[in-house]
Amino acid sequence: MDWDKLVQLLVNGVTLGSVYALVALGFSMVYGILKLLNLAHGDVLMVGAFIGWGVLGWLGGAQDPSVAVWLLIVLMVLAAMAGCGFLGVAIERFAYRPLRRAPRIAPLISALGVSFFVQNSVLLLFGANFRSYESFDLVDVEVGINWGPLNVWILRVVVFVSAAAMMLALWLLVTRTKLGKAMRATSIDREAAAMMGIDVDRVIVKTFFIGSALAGAAGVLVGLVFGSINHFMGFNYGLKGFTAAVVGGIGSIPGAMFGGLFIGLAEALSVGYIEDATFGRLGSAFSDLVVFLILVAFMLLRPQGIFGKPEVKKV
Amino acid sequence: MTTPPPEKPDEQPRIGVDEWVASAEERRARTLVGRIEDAYERTPAAVKLLALALPFAIFPLFVDSDYLMQVAVDTLVFVLLALGLNVAVGWVGLLDLGFVAFFGLGAYLYAAVASPYAGRDWEAEFAIPAIAITVAVAGFLLGSTSRRLVGDYLAIVTLFFLQLWLVVMVNASFTRGPNGISDLYPLEFFGREVVSLEGYYYVTFAAFVLVVAFLYLLNRSRTGRAWRALREDELAAELMTMPVNRLKLMAFAVGAGIAGVAGALYAPAQGAVFPLNFDIVLLITIYAMVVLGGAGSIFGVTVGAVLINASLEALSEPDDASTLFYVAGVLAILALLRRPSWAAPAVLGGTAVFGFVVHEAAERWRPSLVEGTTFGQARIDELVDSWVLLPEGIVTQDGLPDGATGKLAYLGLVAAILALTLVRNPLWRAAGLVPVLYLAACVWENLLVAQPAVARFVLIGAMLVGLMAFRPQGLFGRQRVEVV
Repeated sequence: MDWDKLVQLLVNGVTLGSVYALVALGFSMVYGILKLLNLAHGDVLMVGAFIGWGVLGWLGGAQDPSVAVWLLIVLMVLAAMAGCGFLGVAIERFAYRPLRRAPRIAPLISALGVSFFVQNSVLLLFGANFRSYESFDLVDVEVGINWGPLNVWILRVVVFVSAAAMMLALWLLVTRTKLGKAMRATSIDREAAAMMGIDVDRVIVKTFFIGSALAGAAGVLVGLVFGSINHFMGFNYGLKGFTAAVVGGIGSIPGAMFGGLFIGLAEALSVGYIEDATFGRLGSAFSDLVVFLILVAFMLLRPQGIFGKPEVKKV
Repeated sequence: MTTPPPEKPDEQPRIGVDEWVASAEERRARTLVGRIEDAYERTPAAVKLLALALPFAIFPLFVDSDYLMQVAVDTLVFVLLALGLNVAVGWVGLLDLGFVAFFGLGAYLYAAVASPYAGRDWEAEFAIPAIAITVAVAGFLLGSTSRRLVGDYLAIVTLFFLQLWLVVMVNASFTRGPNGISDLYPLEFFGREVVSLEGYYYVTFAAFVLVVAFLYLLNRSRTGRAWRALREDELAAELMTMPVNRLKLMAFAVGAGIAGVAGALYAPAQGAVFPLNFDIVLLITIYAMVVLGGAGSIFGVTVGAVLINASLEALSEPDDASTLFYVAGVLAILALLRRPSWAAPAVLGGTAVFGFVVHEAAERWRPSLVEGTTFGQARIDELVDSWVLLPEGIVTQDGLPDGATGKLAYLGLVAAILALTLVRNPLWRAAGLVPVLYLAACVWENLLVAQPAVARFVLIGAMLVGLMAFRPQGLFGRQRVEVV
């Protein structure tokens, strides 16, 4: 058994999983409140990655940053969170709110349109080339944790820690604050919440802001760790984030975190081992097959996800 | 406020029609649109089918360019795809995001039964039905994975299926990866090969007629009625003892089968299959076709597919693209601003005057803003040249825009359009529309026209959002009233 490889794959999986968990959280929150699949969520992440890239270039680039590196990263994440938060609010305001009372499929098609529009706008403005964060110049690859077989680049630690911190903050927000209470009430029954004096529209806007800000942060983290970004990257992260949310139990915060890590680890491990396991028949690109099979298995055996409760239809 | 409807004691009230509906229908019957619609309702199905098919049937008689014939074959394939997607999306209200994978599956299955690479050469009259059934079964199997909660979960599973399909087709060795499979055998019916482009056109046309007839009958059948009931209220349908999940899976499978037929016709017409022909861009384009024409209406979906495909073709050529952009813009304004009647001409005239004034002012005080020339060479561009702001060097002749001005203007335009939708007062809205339209023309000339391949998808995305917000029933669909 090659322990070094296993450890590296686990580290990869946790990094990837943190990103998926952040995407899944935003997606899951919106679904919980509006019962709407926000198919444009992945593209919000992509815009976040581009905002981070823009801030990086504006502050001197990776080779010669004009501020301290930690401050640079914080600024990139904050700018992406703010930008994406407002993007999410705009998407809600213009694409989803006019369709609150439309048939269920209308906002979904609108979401497809938003996704396509955002993607192609970025393509129009930035071109089809991959952009690089050049994060190896930003932080040397040797810097980090080096304990025996465990070699973790510091930026990966940053990704994991900041994702965990954001999830903790979100958890506290939802369970301990008035806004969180309003969000939970809205997601249980929107009309009853409105009758209890909760400004439902405002809760929805705030939910979109928070969810999209998380996706924007995830976009910057993706750029920092995996280096290159382009206009189409949102599709993959969005898809895996949706899957993570479904596997974890849609609408549940611990579910989204756990689902994200689960999908991230499954993907990383299958990238590493699928070739050996299938005697060289399938290459590492087929890791998606494993994730898809996990999704289908959950759909068949436990459609409410790990942490979800079975849906009860009320009339 | 409520005026009692005219008394008609001699008429029996129709079932499901109360006084309000009856009076609304009476008012509608007096308008021109209402009369056309009623005449359309009364026309027998065979006549409608003939009217729908006739333009396609006579089209090749007027065309002798290979390019146009190729476009026409592709258009018919797209019409088939849109009709197939319409079953799940328009009739049942399911979001099927893996639809394109079934199209690809049909095409690859054709490659598997009729190519030198596979070493088989099946006759088409056997291959096409076999492919249709296989793909329909594949659709059934995929749909049944999320049978307990078909709906939003189905969207995720099917989207993932599309992604998986692309991954497998690009990376697997048996499909030869991104190189695709080429030199497919042509379609062969009863020993006669289809060789010419016209031949493929008529074969696809025949498939179109059969599919439309099939769908029409299906829609009128018990199953079709059950589908529509299901779309309107799933719970009520279930209480009426409809097998909800089985009906959904059926719709899913029928749509997939039609996509399979389209794929089996598309592959030999192209002579080759490549995995990247079946990606998410195609998926969203087909959604745009279904939604534009009016989800749920066979006629609307057909027209939508033709319109979108023709526009996409025209938009790939800068000269045609400019003409189309201005004509479509004027038509859209005329269609959207119908009330009050003076609004549309006032806005269009105002925009024209506004443009000339701005252009004149710029020429006098900031000549650098008008030094450029239009990218397109069509007749309309000469006129436009003395109307829009075109700084020199924003569009280089080899096509790529440089500089931030055009890009900033683009973002400004998006923001301006969004802001305009928030203006409630119709007078202010019309007034605000004038500079926004002008800005749109400037952005078009400075940025979009140089990258038509991207610009057309930007427009499709914007169209999907706009249609859903302002006219969710599409051009030819009936408005559905949601009863809360």
